[in-house]
Amino acid sequence: MMEKMPAWADALLVPLISLLIAFVISGLVIFAIGENPADAMKLMVTGALGSTYGWGYTLYYATNFIFTGLAVSVAFHASLFNIGGEGQATLGGLGVALVCLLIPWPHWSLALLGAVVAAAAFGAAWAALPAWLQAKRGSHIVITTIMFNFIAGALLNYLLVNVLRPKGSMDPASARFPDVTNLPGLDQVLGQVGIPFSKGTPVNISVLIAVAACGLVWALIWRTRLGYQIRAFGKSEKAAIYAGINPVRITMVVMLISGALAGLMAVNAVQGEANRLLLNSVEGAGFIGIAVALMGRNHPFGVFLAAILFGFLYQGGAELALWTKIPRDLIVVIQALVILFTGALDDMVRRPVEQVFLLLRKGPR
Amino acid sequence: MGAQSESGRQATAAPIGPPCAIELRGISKAFGPVQANKDISIQVVRGTIHGIIGENGAGKSTLMSILYGFYRADEGEILIGGKPTAIPDSQSAIRAGIGMVFQHFKLVQNFTVLENVILGAEAGALLAGPLARARQVLGDLALEYELDVDPDARVEDLSVGHQQRVEILKALYRQADILILDEPTGVLTPDEADHLFRILRGLKEQGKTVILITHKLHEIMDATDSVSVMRRGTMVATLATRDTSPEQLAELMVGRKVLLEVEKGPAQPGRLVLDIENLRVRDDQNVERLKGISFQIRAGEILGIAGVAGNGQSELLEVLGGIAYGTGVVRLNGTSLDLTGHHSDGQSRRAQGIAHVPEDRQDLGLIMDFTAWENMAFGYHNAPEYQRSWLLMDNDAIRADCARKMARFDVRPPNPALAARSFSGGNQQKLVVAREIERNPDLLLIGQPTRGVDIGAIEFIHRQIVALRDAGKAILLVSVELDEIMSLADRIAVMFDGRIMGIRDPATTSERELGLLMAGMGEEAKGAQ
Repeated sequence: MMEKMPAWADALLVPLISLLIAFVISGLVIFAIGENPADAMKLMVTGALGSTYGWGYTLYYATNFIFTGLAVSVAFHASLFNIGGEGQATLGGLGVALVCLLIPWPHWSLALLGAVVAAAAFGAAWAALPAWLQAKRGSHIVITTIMFNFIAGALLNYLLVNVLRPKGSMDPASARFPDVTNLPGLDQVLGQVGIPFSKGTPVNISVLIAVAACGLVWALIWRTRLGYQIRAFGKSEKAAIYAGINPVRITMVVMLISGALAGLMAVNAVQGEANRLLLNSVEGAGFIGIAVALMGRNHPFGVFLAAILFGFLYQGGAELALWTKIPRDLIVVIQALVILFTGALDDMVRRPVEQVFLLLRKGPR
Repeated sequence: MGAQSESGRQATAAPIGPPCAIELRGISKAFGPVQANKDISIQVVRGTIHGIIGENGAGKSTLMSILYGFYRADEGEILIGGKPTAIPDSQSAIRAGIGMVFQHFKLVQNFTVLENVILGAEAGALLAGPLARARQVLGDLALEYELDVDPDARVEDLSVGHQQRVEILKALYRQADILILDEPTGVLTPDEADHLFRILRGLKEQGKTVILITHKLHEIMDATDSVSVMRRGTMVATLATRDTSPEQLAELMVGRKVLLEVEKGPAQPGRLVLDIENLRVRDDQNVERLKGISFQIRAGEILGIAGVAGNGQSELLEVLGGIAYGTGVVRLNGTSLDLTGHHSDGQSRRAQGIAHVPEDRQDLGLIMDFTAWENMAFGYHNAPEYQRSWLLMDNDAIRADCARKMARFDVRPPNPALAARSFSGGNQQKLVVAREIERNPDLLLIGQPTRGVDIGAIEFIHRQIVALRDAGKAILLVSVELDEIMSLADRIAVMFDGRIMGIRDPATTSERELGLLMAGMGEEAKGAQ
């Protein structure tokens, strides 16, 4: 049997066509509410990608999505659907806040290191119980992780209101972190090598950590023994047991890694941007991670590209809401269409493309 | 070969002859780029048993699925009783008088025989009338064809052979004139198979037409009047059974001469390798599947486990391979194995020198989406020669090792980067066998080594097993193919209902004796000896 179509078509062409369809339908919707689709598109592109200021926001969002997207991808290689990224990132934020508030850091770099460890540890811990329930009791991970999202939200609410809130504040948020823990922005990092970049955007040094995480996850999945076992387990649990791969161990380890990756998002959002712990610092990025992983085909490079796309949608959408009468809800519609076509309706595009390649292959013969 | 198949074709293509129950003209069917059936024409004479033989993937099942309305042919036509007939779905097939007995029965387990027979042919809202009518019809059929089954028994309580009779009754109740049986003897004991063939002959005498699909040459020789041979989607020959021989059929199937007998010298058993005492295994439902088994295997010896599938053979392989858990004593080279699963798994078993070719290579032995080289490391992913460092695997080393083993075992195509699912069944099995045998284990567990494997590869795999034995290794062979056990094993243990009914020497036992043991009749078997 031969492959139906070349790998590049599978990885790039199909998502691009899906994306195009999503944008065309979005354009029709914009047209239907009486706005000009071309102007709207132009506004989104210039707003999100036309300046380093726009890029600053796009990349900030993308950093969040890379972490949560990788979290979903890693678990997915073991056929575990971790939709608890939201809760794990929330707990990651708690870890970051505790580390930044309680330890008198001498330098931001050490604070970053501490925050990375704490965010990963707290995120992993929040994934540990659902993982254990799945591995030992067979409680479905989809159910348990989504329930843990709500528990995480309630826990944070309680802690912010009753424990972490500074005396006299009316805001359910932690105290501001000491200045020494503030992370350098991407403008400062790029300034070191002489590249000008807009100040005043939230993108910070954690974007480099996110890129490094992509590389590490790639190596983990395709170059290490653990990754081999994860993939084998994900393809067939029965066969994995035959080969002597321990399902309980793999489930636990994969979910800990996944939770840690989701938790790392907080380094960007909590330490890098807000500088304090807010009630909803995750802002749905845990769920966007699912779409990002889906669109990125669970490959770190795909996740990277998909995260930038969704960062663009977030930032471009904000620009639309700011400058046009297009309601903010429409941004959600556009995002939903992109998720629908690149994820759920993937086959609708894939089949015809496969047919075309089959015809092309048969043709010259 | 050409001349023989030509003459065969002419024999059935003669214009004047008995009327055809079914005629296929130029049937073609493609799945994407794969041509499953290519211009197939065949005439099945009314009132005969017609065999269709071919290797796995030759297109037999596709052809029958077209006949039963599961697939629609791209080209060609079907004539039933001389009339062109369209069969877009299975209802039309039933109306056209075609009945199908599938390899995997389609019975409702907790219904009675009677309820199963009328299922889908209830004829009305109330059941009392049809049930009474069916009871009458069933009684007549039982007398006519030796198809006696208790109509009020629940299907789950019936033996496999009886369940198959229910399937046949279902077809006959729907007034099938043409009965198609797909690999019907795979799950039967030799006695049950004999009984089935008696039933089929009875059907034939009553003017029914039977199409028998099988890969077993001796069944074709025993039971059929004429036989069509398929190879790679084409019909290579149709012959009168009395004019052909197993050797000729095998050659037609494979396209070259094959050795049907395994060449092997006498065993030279050495030291004791595997010593099993009172081994017991329970399944997930806490049902005891192995009920106190004891046997030994020495170095340089093949012990064959014969038996109808589902009598504990799988559990035996799994508990020895570290997949299932049990109680009792199992010693390998004098050292006790942990059977509880607390300190053992597939990894520790491999480390102790046990290699395992599982019964189900697609479910257990291979990851179908993995490449060949990734599969070559499967189960041996901790092997030191596959590591670059404590963390990273040496994928280049695995690829090279895989290429070497694929060459030695003649796996085709010899491309380590191809996904396991792109290989044929025989080549998949060669991958697994290469991986396990090349580790040079002290004990090889091998289940159904040639299930779904083409004849050419069977010959090769059998030679490898014998070579491993001659290298002084112990081999535990489980197979439901009695022929395979008879020709490969140095001693034969017969399993029935989780017990070993007896251990026999293949040189002095008979198929009949083994068949009685397989049916759990130890006393009668003694009489037969």
